[in-house]
Amino acid sequence: MSQDNKKVTPQTTGHVWDDDLEELDNPLPRWWIWGFYITFAFAIVYWLFYPAWPVGSTYTKGVAGLNNVTYVATKVDGSQETKTTHWNMRSKLMVEMNQLKAEQKQYFDKVASKSFEEVAKDPELMQFVNSAGKTLFATNCAPCHQAGGQGKVKFSPNLTDDHWQYGGAYENIQTTIIAGRNGMMPSFKAILNDEELTQVSNYVLSLSGEPHNADAAKLGDAIFHGDKAGCYACHGVDAKGNPAIGSANLTDKIWLWPDVLGAKTPEAKLTEVKTLIYDGMNKGVMPLWSTRLQPEQIKLLTVYVHDSLGGGK
Amino acid sequence: MKHDNIERNVGILIILTMLAISAGGLVEIVPLFFIKETVEKVEGVHPYSPLEIRGRDIYIREGCYLCHSQMIRPFRDEALRYGHYSLAAESKYDHPFQWGSKRTGPDLARVGGKYSNDWHTQHLTAPRSLVPQSVMPNYPWLVKTDLDYSDIQGRMKALRATGVPYSISQAEFDKNVKEFGADVAKNLHIPDAEKNLLAQAQAGNYDTNPDKLTETDALVAYLQLLGTMVDFKKYDDDYFGKFR
Repeated sequence: MSQDNKKVTPQTTGHVWDDDLEELDNPLPRWWIWGFYITFAFAIVYWLFYPAWPVGSTYTKGVAGLNNVTYVATKVDGSQETKTTHWNMRSKLMVEMNQLKAEQKQYFDKVASKSFEEVAKDPELMQFVNSAGKTLFATNCAPCHQAGGQGKVKFSPNLTDDHWQYGGAYENIQTTIIAGRNGMMPSFKAILNDEELTQVSNYVLSLSGEPHNADAAKLGDAIFHGDKAGCYACHGVDAKGNPAIGSANLTDKIWLWPDVLGAKTPEAKLTEVKTLIYDGMNKGVMPLWSTRLQPEQIKLLTVYVHDSLGGGK
Repeated sequence: MKHDNIERNVGILIILTMLAISAGGLVEIVPLFFIKETVEKVEGVHPYSPLEIRGRDIYIREGCYLCHSQMIRPFRDEALRYGHYSLAAESKYDHPFQWGSKRTGPDLARVGGKYSNDWHTQHLTAPRSLVPQSVMPNYPWLVKTDLDYSDIQGRMKALRATGVPYSISQAEFDKNVKEFGADVAKNLHIPDAEKNLLAQAQAGNYDTNPDKLTETDALVAYLQLLGTMVDFKKYDDDYFGKFR
């Protein structure tokens, strides 16, 4: 040991156990002591710059003017005001968000002032729409509509095809994002008996060329267009659906709630459709985003869904 | 006092040790009870309804807090992903609070209203069916287990003992009406707890199965409330900075 080489006489605390067992009390290393003193000096400087000591019902906020934070606040009425406060995390966040807004302002201003079509035609602006839209979509939309917007059968519509439950124009998509949607179909278990359900299901399958019983489908046609079930009231006389209320087009090969394409046998396809008509459906709920996103973010997302995901009409 | 005396007297040693190790905590925590700005002045925060209490208890029972925090910090990345930073006032009726600094899953402080009830029900049963990259375990029993609410009044009384203003007498009820409004106060009345719990579950249909009252009903009711009590559009965007 180094101490042995230097032949320093060790100091002891004076405690002695078992005749010769002593407790050493050597001085602490000088560098350590100085380090300790420096922390004291650091603390005092810290108190001058940052909120520190509680005093009664308030606390010290550092020496006024020494470490201020200046930011631009937006008031409830939309007006802006520059403010200066003592250092604190919430005001530091205001500065960070001010910077973020300033960085993106030139793009968001263009998105806000141009029409949807003009935004989509501007290749430079679309670079921004694509990168910002991708992030917004991943955070807010992908949990239901899946990562690429491909949707999920029995859960959420596909956003990449050319079929739109509530209309695929820019304005329709924007309305959907702002206010959400509440898709439902009533249950027909109290209105149609089992035979009638089979017949109308056969008719529905026949509309898109799925395997069906032609005789039953003919009877189902009458039920579909009859006033007892009144299917035509929502799905239309031509069964092509109505985007204004989100009723499905039954004549195409796109199935959201009954998994007709996934069912392998004609019996299974029939069961899928029949079960849906019997139980109805109240799960077509899309939350509203006007409380979570800014109007310009919603507009950007609309263009992203319409043009970048590739299914807009 | 001599070193020797402290070492040889266990009682004194324990007391002095406790004083030494609690000094840091006392200095940091106790003043917060006296500083006026600790809990922000804000409208809308109210105690949980009976159904939401049961949902919160299930949240704690299943250990959701081990992976999910409920505390959005005032940072740019968190503001962009989760929304407005959490306020102390928003968890003033939480016992225990669900803050945290360790996240395996996302923060849930503002998850209310972000997803549909159906999404929550399916996601709790089989998370990867909706979020392929998720590492969350399946909780398939929640949608199968009937909700036990037989002890709901006891649970409310326990929270009442910690200072949450659930009412028993008419006078307390009237006071809640004044503070929170009639709709909320109704749900805080302990004698009506079972009735209110059933009514909310029926109206909300949180597990998307109207015929059954399950643990999912309660848990989703709780999740759908998280972070929705304060309407931030009513405040300047730097309003809450003045409390720090």
